Amino acid sequence: MRRKLRKLAFALSVVVIVSPAILVFLWMFSLSLKNEVDNLAYPPVFVPSPPTLANFVQVFSENSMGLYFWNSVVVSGLATLVALAVGIPAGYGIARANAHKLTVLILIARMTPALSYLIPLFTVFQLLGLNNTLTALVITHLVITVPIVVYIMAGHFETLPRELEEAAQIDGANVWTVFRFVALPLARPGIIVGTILAFIFSWNNFVFGAVLAGRATRTLPAAVYNVLTFEQLAWGPLAAAAIVVTLPVLLLTIVIQKEIVVGLTHGGVKGG
Amino acid sequence: MNSSALPTVSRPGFLARRRRAYYIFAVPALFVVGAVIIFPWLFTVWMSAFDWRIGSVAHFVGLENYVKLATNQRFLESIVHTFYFTLLAVIFPLILGTAAALIFHREFPFRGVLRGVFTMPMMATPVAVALVWTMMFHPQQGVLNYLLSLIGLPPSLWVYSQTLVIPSLVLVEVWHWTPLVMLIVLGGLAALPTEPYESAKLDGATEWQLFRYITLPLLAPFLIVAAVIRTIDALKAFDTIYVISQGGPGTASETINLYLYLQAFAFYNVGNASAVVVVFFVIILALALVLLHVREKTKWV
Repeated sequence: MRRKLRKLAFALSVVVIVSPAILVFLWMFSLSLKNEVDNLAYPPVFVPSPPTLANFVQVFSENSMGLYFWNSVVVSGLATLVALAVGIPAGYGIARANAHKLTVLILIARMTPALSYLIPLFTVFQLLGLNNTLTALVITHLVITVPIVVYIMAGHFETLPRELEEAAQIDGANVWTVFRFVALPLARPGIIVGTILAFIFSWNNFVFGAVLAGRATRTLPAAVYNVLTFEQLAWGPLAAAAIVVTLPVLLLTIVIQKEIVVGLTHGGVKGG
Repeated sequence: MNSSALPTVSRPGFLARRRRAYYIFAVPALFVVGAVIIFPWLFTVWMSAFDWRIGSVAHFVGLENYVKLATNQRFLESIVHTFYFTLLAVIFPLILGTAAALIFHREFPFRGVLRGVFTMPMMATPVAVALVWTMMFHPQQGVLNYLLSLIGLPPSLWVYSQTLVIPSLVLVEVWHWTPLVMLIVLGGLAALPTEPYESAKLDGATEWQLFRYITLPLLAPFLIVAAVIRTIDALKAFDTIYVISQGGPGTASETINLYLYLQAFAFYNVGNASAVVVVFFVIILALALVLLHVREKTKWV
């Protein structure tokens, strides 16, 4: 009897701790699938009956959601690619040269608020006439992606055994060949984690897009805030737009849950 | 760390040369970091010494921006708001995250799936989440007040109240970031040795005693790491506050970051904003160092 009670109490605590996470997302879906009358009803209507996709149709037809989605893909995609191109070799160099002072630099960068990069970069882009361009956005998003990739890759290369690389060196391979053909293939899991985390944190960034982008170059989070909240205050379309922004990220998270956990707990990297 | 017990030792200069070769790998990244991270730092310090507004000529004013900040009531209040928000947004995720980690450390059905669900908020786009919370906080049609009424509590004004706005914003922050604390503490629990527990159990220790005198002290380093990360992130919080309350009502939830944003991108007063950034960075660095110092000092709890 006492054992049963304890089991029940434990099950209850699991429910209590997990439900806020799931309920907010369920409520977001519920809002997006109901008509406006049900959304503003009190007491609230919880289950959409019948569910409607009208909010999603409205969001895409009345706004340039497609364009904003594409802007986000381009900005986060390019910023992640550049970060991989410079960050993977850098991580390797740091790990093999034991240059840990460089990771301290990355940690200080992690501590600095995103806004403090934005002010000087905004001022410079203004002088160069780059404001409102995707180029400016990609450059600014490097603030997020490069530290993440460098930090994760440096940590990952440290865990790789050096014996193979040393054997190749004895056989006469130069440092670059060793990196390209021995270390790089082994680093795939680290590269995958770094790529996805860099992409997610760049995708989630709001303030760079809100400040630097023009009407046509907004990224999704900036667009959802700037365009939708001011031009249409209806809850259904807002919730639908929120889902369009965050669903890709949630899907990515579920797909590689384990790897993300490893990547995040390894020093708690977070962009911006 | 240095596993190269190779013939390299017999060839002086080889190791140094090899290290230099490795440094070359970091050059492209250093170039990028220099351009988008280090240059903005230096440029910020430079701008902070000017009366600099976008669109007009900048004048050198030395430390005047800093002197003005020291007597700027609104800025000083924003520091108080930031500390209040940070204190709550560190303590609650630490307590709840540790509790959640203790739960997820046990074996139970669907543990993997539920842990995945529990960590979802942390990856969700902050702006999207903030919009949903804004709707939930609505005093008339919001679902939160309905939930309060179900348990017999009077409706709340949430983010529309001067006094409740910061605790309400903390609620969102707790929802968002408790999972990160949970993951860090869970990593700590996985690394705990089993022997102390076995001998304590033989001595008849209760579960609370096990937690208080064995688990908690052993977890201390992980809790401090979580506290440092949480402190930095809470100080830097921007997206959810900006979307949900814009620093209002009035300036009741205006944190340093929101004040900074207004100065820079509503008033285009980048000289003053840069001074705020420098002060802000000093505050973040100081708090992080204090916490790390605590970590060095405490071997107990």
